[in-house]
Amino acid sequence: MIPGPFDYQVAGSVAEAIALLDQHGADAKVLAGGHSLIPLLRFRLASPAVLVDINRLRDLEYIQEADGTLHIGALTREVDLEASDLIRRRYPILADTARVIADPVVRNWATVGGNLAHADPANDHPATMLALGAQLVATGPAGQRLIPIEHFFTDSSFETTLQPNELLTEIRVPAPSERSGGAYLKLERKVGDYAIAGVAAYVVLDGAGHVTYAGIGLTNVGPTPIKARAAEQLLLGSTLDDAVIAQAARQAAAEAQPVSDLRGPADYKRAMVETLTMRALRQARSRATGGA
Amino acid sequence: MTTTSAGPHVHGLGEPYKRKEDARFIRGKGNYVDDIQLPGMLYADIVRSPYAHALIKSIDISKALQVPGVVAVITGKDLEAAGLAWMPTLSGDSEAVLAVDRVLYQMQEVAFVVAESRYAAADGAAAVEVDYEPLPVVVDPHKALAPDAPLLRPDKKDRQPTNQIYHWETGDRAATDAAFAEAEQNGVVVRQDMYVPRIHPAPIETCGCVADYNAATGKLTVWMTSQAPHAHRTLFAIVSGLPEHRIRVISPDVGGGFGNKVPIYPGYVCAVVAALKTGRPVKWIEDRTENLTSTGFARDYHIHAEIAADKEGTVKALRVYTLADHGAFDAAAQPTKFPAGLFHICTGSYDFKHAHVAVDAVHTNKAPGGIAYRCSFRVTEASYLIERMMDTLAREVGKDPAEIRLQNFIKPEAFPYRSALGWTYDSGNYERALRLAMEKIGYEELRREQAEKRARGELMGIGISSFTEIVGAGPGKHFDIAGIQMFDSCEIRVHPTGKVLARIGVQTQGQGHETTFAQIIAAELGISPDDVDVEHGDTDTAPYGLGTYASRSTPVGGAATAVAARKIRDKARKIAAYLLEVGEEDLEWEPGRFYVRGSPSKGKTIQEIAFAAYTNCPPYLEPGLEAVNYYDPPNLTYPFGSYICVVDIDRGTGEVHIRRFLAVDDCGTVINPMIVEGQIHGGLTQGLAPALYEQLAYDENGNVLGSNFQDYLIPTAMETPRWETARTVTPSPHHPIGAKGVGESPTVGAPQAIANAVVDALAHVGVRHIDIPITPWKVWAILKEKGLATA
Amino acid sequence: MSIHHIRVTINGKLYEGDVEARTLLVHWLRDSLRLTGTHIGCDTSSCGACTILVDGKAVKSCTMLAVQADGRELLTVEGLEQNGKLHPLQEGFHVEHALQCGYCTPGMMMAALALLKRNPDPSEQEIREGISGNLCRCTGYVNIVKAIQYAAQKLREPEQVPAGSGGGGE
Repeated sequence: MIPGPFDYQVAGSVAEAIALLDQHGADAKVLAGGHSLIPLLRFRLASPAVLVDINRLRDLEYIQEADGTLHIGALTREVDLEASDLIRRRYPILADTARVIADPVVRNWATVGGNLAHADPANDHPATMLALGAQLVATGPAGQRLIPIEHFFTDSSFETTLQPNELLTEIRVPAPSERSGGAYLKLERKVGDYAIAGVAAYVVLDGAGHVTYAGIGLTNVGPTPIKARAAEQLLLGSTLDDAVIAQAARQAAAEAQPVSDLRGPADYKRAMVETLTMRALRQARSRATGGA
Repeated sequence: MTTTSAGPHVHGLGEPYKRKEDARFIRGKGNYVDDIQLPGMLYADIVRSPYAHALIKSIDISKALQVPGVVAVITGKDLEAAGLAWMPTLSGDSEAVLAVDRVLYQMQEVAFVVAESRYAAADGAAAVEVDYEPLPVVVDPHKALAPDAPLLRPDKKDRQPTNQIYHWETGDRAATDAAFAEAEQNGVVVRQDMYVPRIHPAPIETCGCVADYNAATGKLTVWMTSQAPHAHRTLFAIVSGLPEHRIRVISPDVGGGFGNKVPIYPGYVCAVVAALKTGRPVKWIEDRTENLTSTGFARDYHIHAEIAADKEGTVKALRVYTLADHGAFDAAAQPTKFPAGLFHICTGSYDFKHAHVAVDAVHTNKAPGGIAYRCSFRVTEASYLIERMMDTLAREVGKDPAEIRLQNFIKPEAFPYRSALGWTYDSGNYERALRLAMEKIGYEELRREQAEKRARGELMGIGISSFTEIVGAGPGKHFDIAGIQMFDSCEIRVHPTGKVLARIGVQTQGQGHETTFAQIIAAELGISPDDVDVEHGDTDTAPYGLGTYASRSTPVGGAATAVAARKIRDKARKIAAYLLEVGEEDLEWEPGRFYVRGSPSKGKTIQEIAFAAYTNCPPYLEPGLEAVNYYDPPNLTYPFGSYICVVDIDRGTGEVHIRRFLAVDDCGTVINPMIVEGQIHGGLTQGLAPALYEQLAYDENGNVLGSNFQDYLIPTAMETPRWETARTVTPSPHHPIGAKGVGESPTVGAPQAIANAVVDALAHVGVRHIDIPITPWKVWAILKEKGLATA
Repeated sequence: MSIHHIRVTINGKLYEGDVEARTLLVHWLRDSLRLTGTHIGCDTSSCGACTILVDGKAVKSCTMLAVQADGRELLTVEGLEQNGKLHPLQEGFHVEHALQCGYCTPGMMMAALALLKRNPDPSEQEIREGISGNLCRCTGYVNIVKAIQYAAQKLREPEQVPAGSGGGGE
């Protein structure tokens, strides 16, 4: 499994990366952690003319909270997200997600931005970011623009609304309110695998315990990452009791679009969306109300 | 680094002596085939078929030859011109080295590209253009014999007019049928269909070789991933016509074998041809996809089994019919006499009076193989079926699975025991092993816990497997590989200063022969294993042997080693008698030393004797102190054990969690308990793998699913439980040191313990069988059907 | 196709060479530098046989280009032994019988090294999780866990565990 030939350019700055992307257009591929791209090159399923290596852009590796928003540099390695005190303490759903991506050695090099920008429905961050209502910062020749996560993925697999000359540079997540909580649950054939199904759930409660925000994202049960909008709607205004959780879980399963493959038959995956949604919502409720 | 105990080592046997081979591996100084780099060496890549069945209309290599660095492209037509397009398999079939006019499975070898680098070879392979005409595909073996099934092997239609490779049966059909008729009237009959799926040994090192032909000397040297270097040398001589003394096969460090490295693969042959053609060394190394999709698979048995018993559950007869899927070529690694290998050990640990087994083998459009994945010639399939069936019988007569086993075991006093299918079991005490396992795991307490949990709606299962293995082939009169009798060998040289070099005919792939065989010699000669170096794998230096697979190293090679060491000791006694001026009969042996009976201070150490063998040898003896033994075992050995597995099932997802797994093994005399335990841990993990994870599946077009490690699911440390082990010791009466072999017992015994545990968890709702691998979705479908699924 | 001149420090020594952009780091280490202790077991960054440290972090060298290593510091299995003294992990793998065929061993030790740098006192579960990107077909992992525990203890309290002779193999 040997890649075909390509050219290689190192970007020394974000501006340089964008200039290179602008110059090469669709012939270029951004090389971040490379754990999706390099296997594709090795199987000769992708044959870009040039790789733009952004791994030297250390200023895209950061995790910080400011102005009520969590800012994650796109080149932040999964291991740093997983190990971050801030993330573990205030954004446990992100820690849940990071720690089930591939394996620990892969996570040392794989990046949060890459996991999103590859737009693989089997990747884990998309569902979590959909649940959290994240915003993505795309930087291009004309500067930065903000893309709400639900407008980042298109209707096609492996496709985003990034322009060929744009780089995903930052992920922004609203800081948690006092009564908010989320969880990401992933069912896999074995540790390190892509999900049979994965569910991210995030809720914000008001002082009376009513749901003011609900986000549910689904992993690997359709051609794209799925935001279970109808299930979210069911939760809004509720007190997140077991009955409404069960109802939302059934609805989320209905919104999944699984196909039968090596990870099981479609009806199983759909049922697992229900199981995982139920469990994730219960854990989100527990976390929102001060539990673990 | 610490040694195992204080003071000098004298005895070698039974001690957890640390491995001698570790020194190089922990430093990254192993020498695996891909580590070999010779001056001027070329690299090869293989063009493979994307289709499972197709005619080759044309192959255009012109663009490939223009790729920078490409030196040569070899096609099936080139080989045909040289008479090398076909090679014999280990089952007497012919296998295409490179396809000439048709391909019979996806990933079959079509062209061989040789270039200055790995990268250029890959570019060259990508540039070869092949025009295929797809043909109808046979994937389901049950359809291979249909009248309208396409004939997959027109090349041999004269001797085999259909897709049926063989029909084979053994046992007493009439007596078996009569016992079933009786049981239908007055007893019970249980029946079950089960599929033991196609899996792959998948050692972490794939297969490969470096072929180097020296035109000046006429000598061909092939470094290759081989579990049987001598047999491979002979086959190379037969295929190539090169004189055998000018062929040297070296199997250096091998990164795991598990049966995968027993056959000869087309890549090896092509590398040799390319080395002859180019006059330069050629390296060919598989990638993982090639390994999983084209080299020897294991199992793939569709089994129907029936037991006849009386109303109390005492077994009377076993009847088995199996359809074996052998793929496109019959490359099963089986002895000539037994096309289904040792499958007829399937009466297992139980005293069946009558049995009958029939097997039909067919061709399909799948990769060839039929090797034993860490198992002795189909014993895994056999053990799986009988252990699953005993549980089924237990349910039928309303008894506990432990009770049905204790009731039907072959009794200790019955050994040597002649089975209904003709095997003579050497020794065993099955009840002792099961009772130890039950005691260690707290069987009764677990059953109580299970009942309580069931009442609460929780699903917990306990599974037992009381397997009997059959390993250590020969005897040579019954067992062969490609006609070569299955003996094995050891040559020992004691140097003048008392240090020992031993060379053996078996070949380690991680089993630790350099340590355990040194321990055997050390024990026989009363010296330290530190003073014994063991070499293997080089056909120019090692004595002829049949190699390491089917747990035969200790039973056969280990026996040869003990016998050779005893020859050394016999000669040493003669020399000692000469030196001490007494009769041989006046000498006593204690480890490391002969002394005069009644005068313990008057003696000669083995080192003194060795020195004398070269400096002061008795005039009536040949000088030197060397011995060689070729050992043809009188019988196989029959290791056994009882395993108990405890599982919990998640009713929301169908996931199976192994909570505990206890393995009681009996492999006879233990040479090195540390290594035995390590072998058991590894074997259990390769038993867990097919039970819950691994399968090489095909779609309806013959495309291989699970063709890399993202989809061929090898368990990680997270899936693997913390194995618990215990041991009983029932020596083999016919082995020189009583050892039986252990490396494969756990792979053979474990899958059904896990399967039985899962079925046990669901038995109360009428579940009797689930085919392995037991995936969460198979379990969940049952939970749903039985109304047990929850979120 | 572009050729790049790279300078990489490996096991404390500076190596330079010209590489094609597509050259995988593991191939450069093995074929060009002849550091063959780092192995190849798959094509999908699944098995971990090729694990090395890059700037102190464990990385699968089959999924990194050689050109990406330019200017970085690498540690391979060949760099574990210092001045004839085995690393506690090497010692632990030998003492606890944590290797059989030896093929996964270098990658396994490098993944364990990275784990112990991050977490000097890992639980059994943390060790199992830490090596879950490294496949072993021989050992069943039980003894690998013990070997890492051995090394962890020795690294924490070097004087508590009998010192190795450094000779190895015995």
